[in-house]
Formats: sequence, C-alpha cells, structure tokens
Amino acid sequence: MKAFTTLDGLVCPLDRANVDTDAIIPKQFLKSIKRSGFGPNLFDEWRYLDHGEPGMDPSSRRPNPDFVLNQPRYRGAQVLLGRENFGCGSSREHAPWALEDYGFRVVIAPSFADIFFNNCYKNGVLPIVLDAAVVETLFAECFAHEGYTLHVDLALQRVTAPSGASWAFDITGHRKDCLLKGLDEIGLTLHHADAIRAFEERRRIEQPWLFA
Amino acid sequence: MSAQTLYDKLWSSHVVHEGSDGTVLLYIDRHLVHEVTSPQAYEGLKLAGRTPWRSDSVVATADHNTPTDHWERGIVDPVSRQQVETLDANIAHFGARAYFPFRDAAQGIVHVMGPEQGATLPGMTVVCGDSHTSTHGAFGALAFGIGTSEVEHVLATQCLVAKKARNMRVCVTGELAAGVTAKDVALAVIGRIGTAGGTGYTIEFAGSAIRGLSMEGRMTLCNMAIEAGARAGLVAVDQKTIDYVAGRPLAPKADAWARASAYWATLVSDPDAHFDHEVVLDGAEIEPQVTWGTSPEMVLPIGAKVPDPRAEPDATRRAGIERALAYMGLDANTPLAEIPVDKVFIGSCTNSRIEDLRAAAAVVRGRRKADSVTQVLVVPGSGLVKAQAEAEGLDRIFLAAGFEWREPGCSMCLAMNADRLEPGERCASTSNRNFEGRQGQGGRTHLVSPAMATAAAIAGHFVDVRTF
Repeated sequence: MKAFTTLDGLVCPLDRANVDTDAIIPKQFLKSIKRSGFGPNLFDEWRYLDHGEPGMDPSSRRPNPDFVLNQPRYRGAQVLLGRENFGCGSSREHAPWALEDYGFRVVIAPSFADIFFNNCYKNGVLPIVLDAAVVETLFAECFAHEGYTLHVDLALQRVTAPSGASWAFDITGHRKDCLLKGLDEIGLTLHHADAIRAFEERRRIEQPWLFA
Repeated sequence: MSAQTLYDKLWSSHVVHEGSDGTVLLYIDRHLVHEVTSPQAYEGLKLAGRTPWRSDSVVATADHNTPTDHWERGIVDPVSRQQVETLDANIAHFGARAYFPFRDAAQGIVHVMGPEQGATLPGMTVVCGDSHTSTHGAFGALAFGIGTSEVEHVLATQCLVAKKARNMRVCVTGELAAGVTAKDVALAVIGRIGTAGGTGYTIEFAGSAIRGLSMEGRMTLCNMAIEAGARAGLVAVDQKTIDYVAGRPLAPKADAWARASAYWATLVSDPDAHFDHEVVLDGAEIEPQVTWGTSPEMVLPIGAKVPDPRAEPDATRRAGIERALAYMGLDANTPLAEIPVDKVFIGSCTNSRIEDLRAAAAVVRGRRKADSVTQVLVVPGSGLVKAQAEAEGLDRIFLAAGFEWREPGCSMCLAMNADRLEPGERCASTSNRNFEGRQGQGGRTHLVSPAMATAAAIAGHFVDVRTF
C-alpha cells in the first residue's frame, strides 16, 4: 500500500449528502477482476452524458460540463470535499480504488459510512472527519477561491487552510501507523499467528461444530 | 461479570488479541464468498505467495453476474463470464467447505444460500465482501460486510482488524397489522433514524413485533440494517432460530447439535445490559411503506404524499429533496397511491425467500398484472427456493398473472446482469437500495414489500395492500 505522510492538494467540492458507492463507481465496472484502472469511471453517471460500459475509451465519451470534476478549475484535485454519510451503500472497494486511481488521496466530510471509511485506509486514501461547521467553511472558501488547496499532515493529524486556520482530526493508532509507513496489514496480523492458532485450538474443543 | 448485550457477547468471544488503541484481531468463523469482490483478494494471496488460513471456513456461490433466464446459453456477457469463471478457478485452486457455482441446483444469492445451507449458525462471526451480510445477524450471528482487502485479510489470517461498535437497540413493540411486513418495519426504522442513524453502531432488533417475525422476516430486517448505516444487525436467538437451523446440510448433528443448541440459547442480551442508544417504535402503528426518493430514508407510509421541498428548512436537505424529485420525475404533494409503475421486481437478498414469494402469490392469485406494467420479474433467491415455490405451485400463479418466473440470482437489485431498468422507467422493487442508477442508469426505484410490489403490479400504481 502507498504510504501517506503529508499532502498539499487542490480541493474539489462535491456538494451533496449521502453520496453512495454506486454513484462513486457504477456496477458495470465491478465486473473487472483487477484492482486498477477504475479512475476514468469514477462518478461515471454524473461525469458523462453518455452511458458508460467497461472497455470504452474515455476520450470518446461526452463529459457532463456541469459536473464538478469536469470543471477546469478542479482538474488535478487530490482532496475531495464531501457532505454527510459519504460512501454509503455497497461495500465495493472499487470505490476507493476509483478515487485513488483518479488521484484523490484525501476525502473530507462531516461523516462517512463505516465500510467505505474502512476501505479507504486499505488503499492509501485518508478519510478525514471534520465538524459540520468546519466543512461548511471549507465549501464556502473552496467555491470562493479558485485553486483552493489544503495542507494535510497525518503525523500531526491536522488539516490546514491557506488562511492558516487548522483543525485536528482523529485516527486510530493502528490505522495511522499502517498509513504512515504503507504497511502490509496481513503481514502485521501474521505476527500474531501463534495467538490465532491457540484461539482456534481452544474453540475446537469448546465449539467443535464450528470446524466440522 | 457485568450485564452484556448480545453484541458484547459475540464480540468478546471472538477477540484473539487486543492492541493498545482498542483495535482487536477478531476471529472469523464463516467466510462467504461471491464472484464480484473476491478475484482481487485471491490474486493478492497468489502474488504474496500466501495460502488460505482455513479454506473450510469458505462457502461460496456465484450470484451477482449470473443471468436469470436461458441458462442453457451460459453467461453471454464475456466480462461477467470471466468473473464467474475466475471464481470457479479460485475455488478449485484454494478450496472451500462448499461451493454452489452457476447453474448448481443450490446456487443462489449468497445471503439466501448461507442460511439455507446452515453455513450461517448462531454465535458465529460471518463476513462477506458484500454490505448485505448484515442479513445473517437474524441468527444471533455477528455478521457484516467487508471490502476486498479485508476478504484477502480473512483468507490469509482468519481474522479481521476491527474496532468495536457501540450498542443500539431498536425495539418494536406490540404486533404488526395484517399486510404489514418486516420490510415495512425496516423502512419505517430507516425513516425514523435515517440512513446514517446506525453508523458506528450494531443494531439489535428486539420487542414483541420482532419476536413475532419468522426467520425470513428477521433476515429481511437485518438485511436492511446497513441501509440504516449499521454494519451489523442482530436478533436474539429463540426457538424459531434453532428450529430453522435444525437439519440444514452444514448444521451440527447428533451430540454436537445438543451442545450447540444449548449454547445458542444463551445468545440473548442480558436483561439489564446497557445500550448506548435506544429507539422504540409501536409495531401497531407501522403502515405499508413506499420510498419516494433516491435514499432509503426518503420513505413514507402509502397514504402519504410526496414531500414538498419548500417545507424543508435545512438547505442541504432541501437541495437533496429537490434533486431526488427531479431524478424520480415526481411533483411535490402527489399522493404516493397515484404514482404509476412501469416495472415490478420481486427478488433480491432482502425479499426473495419462500415466505416473500408466498406473500406475493397470495396477493396475485386469480388476478393479472395491469396492461400498463411492461414487466414483472419474480426472481427466487436460490435454486432451493425456486424448487420449493414450484412444488407449491407458486410459479404457475405468477405465470398466469403475466409475471415472469426466473432463475435465481441478484438480478435487477443491482442490474449487473441483463435485468435492468431503462432510463426513466419506474419500478416497484422489493430490493434494498433506491440510489440513482442502482437498477439501471436513469431508472427510478421505489422500495416496497413483496405484497405491496405485487399489488402495484396488478393496479398499475402504488396501492395500500391492506385494502386491496
């Protein structure tokens, strides 16, 4: 996994609540057996006027000029600013894969759906929960100033605006460590292989039907 | 020891190791696998030179991509076919306790197949790369959806890195009225607490109305816990749970059964257990529900009217309502019972079990779909549900009514196969998500119970099934 330390990123505002993972990456692109290549279909139904199918050449598509990702001022954005309950719905990890493949490394919202939130960390994407009033401020500043960027420092757990205002965010120690170092979580868990085996042996005796 | 909730009991009995920040390694008993969220996980195992920790914990099936008609033709879409064949190859290579491939007699939607096979047992931790894994909480199992990286993690280590959620209890008191089902309870709960109301919680559904539900009904309810934001829903074990599990192919037998069922009977919340949040609904007051928007929380009783965004004071919510009405092609203040439907879908992991099909058949028996309704798809949840329905003659009732009787699979719930809505088409659907484009780009989904969907198919518009 890609490590995440600090980022100075252009911010793209996605001004709607309850953005679901079906919207982030529609179902037809879930037929892929790969982890990469989802970026061109991120927000496909909002981003294009024509219907997208796997294998289409993105340059032959008709972009929707009204959709925020297609506005020139947000080209190259690495920070996605969202609203409540971001990432609700399907557990598809293709959603953070698509965000990461497009170039987003940070998503900021007042709240996230649990599965999406968790999936982000596994893919070097940092989801940040900030107070609703702060997010409101960020939306206003982002709309007002073309080229609006935010500085994100994971070690310090802070988001800093161009004005110098900054806000702390929470993250568990385990997730922070994995993300800062880009660690392989499976490898870490396998350090506890003896504990897993011991747990299993005890349960084989207590609840043998679970191993039948 | 202090009083524990059912969730506390399930959680603590699966903790292998606890880290200093409260993150734990949680042992996973059952890993359900399907074709969409597993290929990258198996590939990850291969690339790292790892092998599954316990392949006998895996029970797999193909469901999302599989067609629901003309099985003799196989899977025509080459991209879908490749994904299903990749699952075949991965199971052949890495092994599984049981596999129900495309066209197997017991193939089905993973959340219908699991309980049906006894692959889901009370007291287990159950995971699957699918958010509707919450379904299995109906058995007093801790069951939740995971992403593909976690699928790989469970395959490699039999554990998940997890943090405990908080406890919420949703108590539905009294009894449900005739014509009101578990689906209506689920939608009413979501209407009350919102699609993020359960975020960070495990929801235990309790109360006399829940005890009165069949296992199928409890599965419908727990299935939609995720639509309320909760990764896991739970119903305490009772005699109905144990009776449902008895005799299932993967359920314990003989001496093991006696030991297991005695243990399962303890899987209830202690009387004075603490819940961080409690919600109470009067079961008798719940009416048949219909969603009108593009989020499951945009739901109202059948007697209501489409809301007016001008009455919403919050700007983000008002914009959400306006966008939803534009997408749904609805005018504010239209009575829900005057909304016509083009198609009807009866199926999905929410509502495709035998009880759901019986409920639909009971409404349509001797009647026909409205001419204005272009298609009514009835898609059983599994091959075994299909066989049972046919043994009861339900297929003939549906066919006589002008409905289509299909092969099992996820079908038009998420439209990964050929079953989908065309742009602008309006559907009464027994599935779980009314998101934009969920059932096909531009499609308009209204979530309802099987009885309400069937009544809409006959009337050509939504109608109160209690007086239909």
